[in-house]
Amino acid sequence: MSQTGSNKDVSQESLPSEQATAHDGAVTTADNPFADPGLPPHQHRVQDIDERAAKRSERTIALLFVVSMLATIGFIASYVIFPIDKIVYVFPFGHVSALNFALGLTLGVALFCIGAGAVHWARTLMSDVEVADDRHPIAAEPEVKAKVLADFRQGAAESGFGRRKLIRNTMFGAMAMVPLSGVVLLRDLGPLPEDKLRHTLWGKGKLLVNQNTNEPLRPEDIPVGSLTFAKPDGLADDDHDFQKEIAKAALMIVRIEPEDIKDKRELDWSHEGIVAYSRICTHVGCPVTLYEQSTHHVLCPCHQSTFDLSDGARVIFGPAGHPLPQLRIGVNEDGYLEALGDFAEPVGPSFWERG
Amino acid sequence: MKKLSARRRHPLAALVVLLFALAVTGGLYAAFAPADKAQADTTAQSLAIKEGKQLYTTGCASCHGTGGQGTTDGPQLVGVGAAAVDFQVGTGRMPMQQPGAQAPKKPVVYTQAEIDQLAAYIASLGPGPAVPAKEAYNPEGADIANGGELFRTNCAQCHNFTGKGGALTEGKYAPKLEGVSPKHIYEAMLTGPQAMPVFPDTTMPEQEKRDIIAYLDAVNSDDSPNPGGLDLGGFGPVSEGLFAWTFGLGAMIAVAIWVAARTAKARKS
Repeated sequence: MSQTGSNKDVSQESLPSEQATAHDGAVTTADNPFADPGLPPHQHRVQDIDERAAKRSERTIALLFVVSMLATIGFIASYVIFPIDKIVYVFPFGHVSALNFALGLTLGVALFCIGAGAVHWARTLMSDVEVADDRHPIAAEPEVKAKVLADFRQGAAESGFGRRKLIRNTMFGAMAMVPLSGVVLLRDLGPLPEDKLRHTLWGKGKLLVNQNTNEPLRPEDIPVGSLTFAKPDGLADDDHDFQKEIAKAALMIVRIEPEDIKDKRELDWSHEGIVAYSRICTHVGCPVTLYEQSTHHVLCPCHQSTFDLSDGARVIFGPAGHPLPQLRIGVNEDGYLEALGDFAEPVGPSFWERG
Repeated sequence: MKKLSARRRHPLAALVVLLFALAVTGGLYAAFAPADKAQADTTAQSLAIKEGKQLYTTGCASCHGTGGQGTTDGPQLVGVGAAAVDFQVGTGRMPMQQPGAQAPKKPVVYTQAEIDQLAAYIASLGPGPAVPAKEAYNPEGADIANGGELFRTNCAQCHNFTGKGGALTEGKYAPKLEGVSPKHIYEAMLTGPQAMPVFPDTTMPEQEKRDIIAYLDAVNSDDSPNPGGLDLGGFGPVSEGLFAWTFGLGAMIAVAIWVAARTAKARKS
């Protein structure tokens, strides 16, 4: 390669003469045809030879570190200056949050400059002289080993560990028991689930309330091909335990022509083809509501489990192990849809094969 | 009666009966005849239906049957309503280019006048949702925050949180909602095109549909703010992870190679 770059101003003559191609080991003989060639001769860098170049490197590195410091100050300043909802237009990215953009940019510059400075320092100023360090055996001397073994045997004999078996066995017992106290403390992690996983808010006479309008649903509200999400009557969006309860009670309601329903129990539990199914996938509990009205299939977006809502929510694809639980529904005397009981099996993931 | 009967042979009797009959007929006509304007409307409507039927016979009947009764190649159109026609033909999904899992959006084939005629014909086959009026889908003044909540409850499972679309089973997919006109979004919710379920006014009132349209308008327009910068398609962790692993790590490897490839030695070998 030709002489280019940073060493342009260093003339060939000012370079030190080639070091001797040292290492006598590099001689091949008849019984050692692959002799160790040893280290190649050390090559100097511009900074090793030219003090001015070294100074220049030093200044560059210091500049990088100073830029990093300024960027950190910029980071703190941006955090203080920019309100969280200020939106600015930045060319390739579009309309972005001024705060996020400033924080990211300054932190990026601060970290990059530290890295770049460190790399430049190591490459131009820290010593790069090659050093060979021979390996040494790591095993201890035989007499040291013998001494350690003798000490151990003497200690074991003096403690009576092998002779007094009662002490030994009770000590093992005590040490085995101590961790139990930690296991017992795990009980404080929270209340026991008891039978919470087996029951939801649904029960006999609970009205099906439309999640969009918060109004109880009537059968005539639900045409064939529609998809409606319902919650049990009495559960409001701002209730303290809303998320906990809706996570179990979430319901999807579709209407299928009764003659298209293949499963007899599904038809019995429907109201004139209106069927109500749990929204919670029986695999790992994702909300499974990608309903295709043309096929009556519901797809789970997490692992592609597919259920056939016209056939008892049978699993037709994917890892789910059980059909979606169906809620038995009917109509009360005021003409509103109501549940005729809780789900027959626990909703959600197949826990303990769902009791 | 006798008096009347006695005069039935009177020379003027025929004239009286004739006058009476004419008066009754005329009176009845005046009372029951449709107003002139309504008559004109019916004519325009029936003309549109007639024109629409002609377009239908040429362009649609091969799959949907001569009277919209459906064939093995296409569903029945009786009762789908004008809104369904306006959506399917107005977004170019119909006429379908080729049979497949789903009819994709493509350049519109018919003019709006022709679409209206087709819609009039299909609407005449059976009652169904009509094309919505402009105030029904105008996003101005609607509640964007409520629309976002409704969108996440009802739509996001298929169409993604900001309407970027997503995959369904066996080649079907939920299309992205960017650049879809408010009217077509409204009609899609009302009619449930293809695999999409219907969200009728009974379970999702008109006002809620407007809120949803306003939400999509707010998150999907050209100057919607994106606090995090490039949204990388808005698909969430998959595209973000792919970007970080390919371009982030790729850039680091490239820099490492660049640093190592340049020797710091004074004498280049």
